[in-house]
Amino acid sequence: MNPVTARRFNVAGLAITLLTVVLAVLWAFPMYWGVVSSLKPDNEVVRPYIELWPDTLTFEHYVFALTQTQIGYWYMNSIATALGVMVLTVGSSIFAGYAISQLRFPFRTALWWFILASFMVPTQVLIINHFVLMANMGLLNTWAGIILPQLIHPVIIIVYKQFFDQVPKDFREAAIMDNASEWRILFKVYIPMNWGVTTALSIVTFIWAWNAFLWPFLAVTKTELMTITVGITQTNDSFGVYYASELAAAVLAGFPVALAYLLFQRRVTEAITLSAGIKG
Amino acid sequence: MIRDTKNEWLVALILLTPFLAVYGLIFVYPTIDMFLLSFTDAPLIGEGDYVGIENYTRLGRDRRFDTAMWNTAYFVALSVVPGTAVALAIALGVSRLTGRMQALILALFFLPYILPVSVVYRLWDWTMNFQFGIAMHVFDMLGIARVPVFKTTTWFMPAVAFITIWWTCGFNILLFLAGLRAIPQEIYEAASLDNAGRWTTFRKVTWPLLWPITALNLTIQLILQMKIFDQVYLFSVGGRPNDNLVMVYYIFQRAFQSNHGGRAAAIAVVLFVIVVVVSVLNFQLTRFSGSGKR
Repeated sequence: MNPVTARRFNVAGLAITLLTVVLAVLWAFPMYWGVVSSLKPDNEVVRPYIELWPDTLTFEHYVFALTQTQIGYWYMNSIATALGVMVLTVGSSIFAGYAISQLRFPFRTALWWFILASFMVPTQVLIINHFVLMANMGLLNTWAGIILPQLIHPVIIIVYKQFFDQVPKDFREAAIMDNASEWRILFKVYIPMNWGVTTALSIVTFIWAWNAFLWPFLAVTKTELMTITVGITQTNDSFGVYYASELAAAVLAGFPVALAYLLFQRRVTEAITLSAGIKG
Repeated sequence: MIRDTKNEWLVALILLTPFLAVYGLIFVYPTIDMFLLSFTDAPLIGEGDYVGIENYTRLGRDRRFDTAMWNTAYFVALSVVPGTAVALAIALGVSRLTGRMQALILALFFLPYILPVSVVYRLWDWTMNFQFGIAMHVFDMLGIARVPVFKTTTWFMPAVAFITIWWTCGFNILLFLAGLRAIPQEIYEAASLDNAGRWTTFRKVTWPLLWPITALNLTIQLILQMKIFDQVYLFSVGGRPNDNLVMVYYIFQRAFQSNHGGRAAAIAVVLFVIVVVVSVLNFQLTRFSGSGKR
């Protein structure tokens, strides 16, 4: 490459980098703006110009959101149901993934195809039947009713099956020679070997469940039983000055998942690529 | 090695029981129930009489169904290809960065994906607020007349598509980054030895090698966006929901607001069939084009 073109390319490269950085800042701006607005007193929130930092920093809207809404209950419901979905989904998927990967039993291939096929069924179309079923079982307005219909995650089984397939056969054979039971093999060999995957999948399952909207919105009618994602949409006030309080509530709702992401950034991105079936 | 076949069956059965129980109860049974329900005139809760295919023939004359179909297709058109293109462009930019800088910039792009839909709704409802929204200040500065974005039929879907791309793009950026990392560095070195320019390198090296990931991104987006509901519902509150109907919204409206379980199930079946057919077609297409490229 001659020096002239090389320089031209570096200028272009620098421009692309700069553009990316500027775009990233703009991309994150609505989130920044939401947080900053929630920290402004009411009279500042509605000023007709852009003010990147509050003149007076105030937590009054957070106090309002925490004391004047049922956000405490919503937090509790979200934590309980998201943990429930996480534990049950990951647990049942580990078991199913192990059975399909390591054990020989009738209809194994058929079952595997069924799991792969269930991947394309849009669960949103099942809301009517889920609602009727949960109503008949008396589970509307309960944690179980929020959790149950959210347990369809074939992708988690698929990921586990693929990971268990990659464990060298020697481990299993050595363990069988030692007269270890299937349970020991699963719990002492296969699960510990895949802790990283389990952590990653648990975090994203938790985030998905925390963020679920449509089903929790249908399953619950009592305000104190709502999850936080649904709860914060129920306080609809058209007065401009309430915006700051609603933003404060939104920040509180988004905070746990944002924190989970920032703490486990690598695990989260790993799980996302895994769930799309890519080995990068 | 001798396998203890019988014991293996039993262990497999025990391990599969939680999965089978859950899928049977909340997946297989509701799916069959949905088809059966769609041939009855049942309300949401309770029994109904068999009415044959009446619920389906009704849809042919139903203007709201047309609106829902049209809006869904429109939303898919506005979000799938543009969303994938934006993600690709951003991934190419981010892949140039290294180390902590890359992690930071990627985090800025990815963070919206982590947020619940209602938080996304609050942020954008505030940003685009007709009176106080920061977007309106920008409009003022540019001399554009203010628009109550979510209250107009013209701007509603494009705005929701824009916000959806903003919200979900991080996921696709990650996939593209994984794909870009999988391309061996030697190929780029060879290209630069051949004096290939930036654009030529992209067109002849990056793009063909990245095509499988692009196809995957398009597939995931397509299947995902056909099922849109949350954003449309939230932004419609206080606006004109009937103009903004999408398929899942219409199912929700028929079942939960008009108490027509059977008729809602018919719409659900139609959406179900569309999603499955598109998934299968898409799978076949990407498989063929994939085998052609690789």
